[in-house]
Amino acid sequence: MLKIENLKAGVEGKEILKGLNLQVKPGQVHAIMGPNGSGKSTLAYVLAGRDGYEVSGGSVTFDGHDVTEMSPEERAAAGIFLAMQYPVEIPGVANSYFLRQALNAIKKARGEPEVSAAAFMKLLREKAAVVGVREDLLKRDVNFGFSGGEKKRNEILQLAVLEPKLAILDETDSGLDIDALRTVAEGVNRLRSPERSFIVITHYQRLLDYIVPDVVHIQAHGQIQRSGGKELAGELEEKGYDAMIGAVAA
Amino acid sequence: MATALETVRDYAGGGEYKYGFTTDVGEDRAAVGLDESTVRFISNKKDEPTWLTEWRLDALRRWQGMVEPDWQKPQYPTIDYQAISYFSAPKSPDDRPKSLDEIDPEIRKTYEKLGIPIKEQELLAGIAVDYVFDSVSVATTFKKKLNELGIIFCSVSEAVKDHPDLIKKYLGSVVPQGDNFFAALNAAVFSDGSFVYVPPGVRCPMELSTYFRINAAGTGQFERTLIVADKGAYVSYLEGCTAPMRDENQLHAAVVELIALDDAEIKYSTVQNWYPGDRNGKGGIYNFVTKRGACRGKNSKISWTQVETGSAITWKYPSCILQGDNSQGEFYSVAVTNNHQQADTGTKMVHIGKNTRSRIVAKTISAGRSDSTYRGLVKMLKSAEGARNYTQCDSMLIGDRCGAHTVPYIEVRNRSSQCEHEATTSKISDDQLFYCRSRGVPEEDAVALIVNGFCREVMEELPMEFAVEARKLLGVSLEGSVG
Repeated sequence: MLKIENLKAGVEGKEILKGLNLQVKPGQVHAIMGPNGSGKSTLAYVLAGRDGYEVSGGSVTFDGHDVTEMSPEERAAAGIFLAMQYPVEIPGVANSYFLRQALNAIKKARGEPEVSAAAFMKLLREKAAVVGVREDLLKRDVNFGFSGGEKKRNEILQLAVLEPKLAILDETDSGLDIDALRTVAEGVNRLRSPERSFIVITHYQRLLDYIVPDVVHIQAHGQIQRSGGKELAGELEEKGYDAMIGAVAA
Repeated sequence: MATALETVRDYAGGGEYKYGFTTDVGEDRAAVGLDESTVRFISNKKDEPTWLTEWRLDALRRWQGMVEPDWQKPQYPTIDYQAISYFSAPKSPDDRPKSLDEIDPEIRKTYEKLGIPIKEQELLAGIAVDYVFDSVSVATTFKKKLNELGIIFCSVSEAVKDHPDLIKKYLGSVVPQGDNFFAALNAAVFSDGSFVYVPPGVRCPMELSTYFRINAAGTGQFERTLIVADKGAYVSYLEGCTAPMRDENQLHAAVVELIALDDAEIKYSTVQNWYPGDRNGKGGIYNFVTKRGACRGKNSKISWTQVETGSAITWKYPSCILQGDNSQGEFYSVAVTNNHQQADTGTKMVHIGKNTRSRIVAKTISAGRSDSTYRGLVKMLKSAEGARNYTQCDSMLIGDRCGAHTVPYIEVRNRSSQCEHEATTSKISDDQLFYCRSRGVPEEDAVALIVNGFCREVMEELPMEFAVEARKLLGVSLEGSVG
């Protein structure tokens, strides 16, 4: 599904990803762990196609197509979704309105019929129930005045509605207390399917207790340093990044 | 991949004006220039009574003694008022059509291009449309229904003939002939416009609507609208305009007068989309308008809502004179400028009566190399005990070469009044754009979405059908961003 080969990318001429390789198969959940400055968020932005993140080498193939030249909206239509570390507020725009516009934009790009307002509200309520989002959140402005937990849950709701093939969760656990973390993780688990893959970017092993990954990668210095099963996360928690990355270097 | 900065620059490029086309209609126009003979020509052409001819001539004499104001922020080349033709009308104005079928097919095509086919308009939830084409009304619909309620909705020309007492009583009673340079010019040469009178206790059951349009090169447009809501009456009036593409600048100096008597309410909504000029600032309408409402009676209310996206220069301050005790004035405004457009707009709330209240919500969006100013006066006289005002001015900047300015004037002459003023300035952030796009919303739609959110408080004040149009218009005005 996703194949990243020798990816080199950066911001403002500074190379941050230095030949990164990663392969994700349909239905798999991959966790990427790494210390601050290892380029985890850069990878997320590069995959989503954010302006200013320039790819200088290598390739990103999604469903057999090179996506590096695609705009963010084209990638969304292709089925890539990024749940952001800091979801953005859009004052004056109702959450439900925003989501319908997004869903219909994606449908339009795919040449599918758009969803009526009534049908969408029904769909939205179902999805909100699945991921544990209260109805009043649907009427409020996008992320405006939301608590940290509400913002992250709203990202998962968007994921549920837009039904991507690949969801990238960028530090979804940051700023969440244990209860909020559990709710978010439960939402994600309900959205796992044989067709949908996840890349879960996180600092801590804690999130992986709830979203159990198939593969764990340790990223540092713009590259994947080590890959393994879920036990790798436990080992990392125990030994710390320095020891693990140092061990690789040695 | 475009960087955020490039994206922002693309807004500066702006889109081509979508409604730029002209219609080939034979016309009947006054010779170029303005003096007593021009005024007499117009008055004669319209077969007006002597008192109105004299009223116009009085205005002309006042205008001749006035100097064009220069305190505004927008700059423009000197206008040669003797190089303008002051009257044009569609062929055979004496022979007015009896039904829509009789309307010049060219004119109908024009409206269809604008997306407002007459048939549809008729069907639209009870809107009576008084089309103004090159200054003279060509079709009035739903008249019968209004007649039954005693509501008068016709052109000012017709009203002069059929309701001279009302016209004599109210014309110029809010904006006198010598009020200001452009109002005086309008009073001397006004071509036509709409007249509305709602009798005591009557609630007008439909939105009254007029579409204005400038169509002849070098012809000034001088509309004059007069709306009177008698005691306990209610009316909602919509004004919308688009104009065809022209190279030379066209002057538009309209006057709108509103009068609300005891317990009456007038809601006046405008969507203004005159030709703004091309992306290099060539051409475009100069929109210098005087709009004022008088809350003459106690407990009366006047509410202005405007969405201004067009014109090379917009220069207007829809105002409320809050004379009656407990009367209320409201001003809700969205002004969008792109490319080289300039806008200097706002309101004046003059509190005279006791416990009068006013509310101002102004949203300004500047893109490209445009410049926008909110200028507003809140004046509370000694007599205005217990008066209150709330003002909120929000500016949004798109790109780094545009300007936004807020110039509030507050004059309070008594101790029991309260004034509040809030102002903010923001930019569409790269984060917001990326967020929308990563959810599949294309860049242009994302801009429209964010801007519409920013303006929501004002858009909500528009009547439903109008709001849909206005939302589209905001998107269109900021189009041309994806290169």
